[in-house]
Amino acid sequence: MVAKDHNAILLHAVDEAAVRAGLSIGLPLANARAICPELTVYDADPAADLKTLNDIADWCDRFTPLVALDAPYGLFLDITGCAHLFGGERALLQIVTNALSRRGFAVSAAIAGTSIAARTLTRHVSGKIVVDGTEAQAVGPLPVSALGADSAVTTGLRRAGLKTIGDVAARAPHEISARFGAAFTALLSHALGQGDAPISPRKPLPDYIVEKRFPEPIATDTVIALTLSSLAKMLVAAMDKQGKGARQLEASFFRTDGAVRAIMVETGRPVTRPEMIDRLFRERLDALNDPLDPGFGFDLIRLAAGRTEIVVQQQRDLDTTVHDNDEISALIDRIAARIGGKRVVVHLPLESHIPERAALALPAQHHLAAASAAAWPERVTGEPPLRPLRLFERPEPIKVPFASVPDGPPHQFTWRRALHAVVRVEGPERIAMEWWKQDGAALTRDYFRVEDAEGQRFWIFRDGLYENELRDEEGKSVPANWYVHGLFA
Amino acid sequence: MNGARTGTLASLRGSIARIEAPSDAAMPNRIALGHAGADAMLRGGLAPAVLHEVFAASHQGGAATGFIAGLAGRISARKPLVWVRQDFSDRENGALSMRGLAELGLDPRLLVTVRAADVDSGLRTAADALACDALGAVVLEIWGQARQLDLVASRKLTLAAQASGVTALVLRIAATPIPSTAETRWIVRAAHSPPGNAASPWGAPRVEAELVRNRHGPVGRWIMEWKCDECQFSEPSAYPQPVAATPAHRPHQAQARAGHRLAS
Repeated sequence: MVAKDHNAILLHAVDEAAVRAGLSIGLPLANARAICPELTVYDADPAADLKTLNDIADWCDRFTPLVALDAPYGLFLDITGCAHLFGGERALLQIVTNALSRRGFAVSAAIAGTSIAARTLTRHVSGKIVVDGTEAQAVGPLPVSALGADSAVTTGLRRAGLKTIGDVAARAPHEISARFGAAFTALLSHALGQGDAPISPRKPLPDYIVEKRFPEPIATDTVIALTLSSLAKMLVAAMDKQGKGARQLEASFFRTDGAVRAIMVETGRPVTRPEMIDRLFRERLDALNDPLDPGFGFDLIRLAAGRTEIVVQQQRDLDTTVHDNDEISALIDRIAARIGGKRVVVHLPLESHIPERAALALPAQHHLAAASAAAWPERVTGEPPLRPLRLFERPEPIKVPFASVPDGPPHQFTWRRALHAVVRVEGPERIAMEWWKQDGAALTRDYFRVEDAEGQRFWIFRDGLYENELRDEEGKSVPANWYVHGLFA
Repeated sequence: MNGARTGTLASLRGSIARIEAPSDAAMPNRIALGHAGADAMLRGGLAPAVLHEVFAASHQGGAATGFIAGLAGRISARKPLVWVRQDFSDRENGALSMRGLAELGLDPRLLVTVRAADVDSGLRTAADALACDALGAVVLEIWGQARQLDLVASRKLTLAAQASGVTALVLRIAATPIPSTAETRWIVRAAHSPPGNAASPWGAPRVEAELVRNRHGPVGRWIMEWKCDECQFSEPSAYPQPVAATPAHRPHQAQARAGHRLAS
């Protein structure tokens, strides 16, 4: 594998045969070819490497929810409290190593009290398990390069005659800090098991997790559905003890060949009923563009509540509005699970006199309560509608042959290739744009409500005022543009 | 059988006969539109918990939307309304404006809008919404000739509406009617404002509504006016602006001059 670095083509990765031939990472390709002319070379693809690492991390999610990437080649698994589920630390280490080697990866794994200590051990030997408190003895004999510090630091240490981690640790910390910086001292103390750098897991830890493992992989839809509903019952039972309801749920399907598919569902208010969770997932699974592919079957299905809220118990039997609101938010959740939360909207008024900015459409799942309490402008009693029922997002240009007076309404106009003769006009209603927000780009609009010979009513406007806005640089007047902005009922 | 029981049975039979008899009397729980002629033809108004269809030509979208919004407003006065529409319906006919809806006397706070990607997902969403009995009505807006909206689809909507008691309203713009299980079917176009010159004010929204199908009665055609303040339909008024009500005890001379003043 080669990669380009500072205009030189360097070896990026080598296999065992190449190592035996005397090649090493970082060697220029030209030198490598001189050493070993029959070298087979491929371009390195860091993006694909990272994707593979992510896929492995997905697979590792089955052991613990706390999996962190240590790019480019490492993974940290926080197995605190998880190991006994797999028969102890040694058995867990065996499972991970064997499974990954079977797929053709070269694996080096270790378990230690701190993530850095474990990483340092993997650089040297695989399969080591360090008992708490003995990290210093375990990493002491290893060469300093195993720490994974900068190459400058490693070279500096070697030049100073400090060959093993034990040698470095024997010096007083202030000497090391003065020479190599505080960051290296911290790294060293973590490797020696004194204090721990927190790992940053790829996914936030869900509030509740339930899962089911299968000795034989399952592949049929009925079994998957049954598993999901029994998991939903377990999850609700767990949440119910603390009076919580789920706002965000994620089902993960672990395939036997290592692929993992996660499906997420969000709800507008905390869910506390298993049948609701079941139904949401059924809607979501039915509507997937690329359906769930069991392949050779799933051997683990997990249901996690990513975000939960405390549920306020309300009197349901007597208060019909509470019941109705529940029903409606459940309906919105169901529709949103199938077609997407952004497609189900409620409307909120905005403080703007510009017609297209007077209302805001927001996802109904999150804004239902705000929308039902919104204050819309009151209509003027006795007046016919002043605003159209249908409003075009972008006003559509119309052709106006002439207006009898420059500022007046048109006698006829052409919209969508049909000629409309104006028989009734109301207006103008002058709406100035928000000139304090943008500088001079938008023109003042004169709106007219017009009715054509057939009785259709339009909301049309002229963009710009004749006397001062519709002029070119030389002060000559230019023809105005007309638009239809809406249709009245 | 003693006399008292015979009497009870007879009275019960009588009341059943009255319910079943095809009479012109108003049916129970019908929702009156407010337009006397149409209400009489519909025997009291629109039936709830069934399917009603409104058709309009492609350029009559504004009037048809107004009419169906009026129907929805009559049917579900205080209950939430779900309006299902297609993505491109915004571009064809404009988005539903909340200010416009409020101007018609309807409440934007009660509206939940669903934008469906295609007809199939729109139909499915509408059927889902119809199953939720907390809603007042569900409007399904489909633009153009939709093959999917056949007899089977409309039967599904009708059954869902009957089960939950929620009324289904289907707005079809730029489509020709095909057989369906709709209770009523309307064809709507815009109607003129009352006569006057170009500068005279226009009045309340007006539509020409033609009832082309009525499962339980005759059909007809009316000009209807939507009263924004009362939130109901009515016969078209002769004057665009509301006229002050005539006092009950008005002197004879004043009445004669009233028309004169209005015309000026």
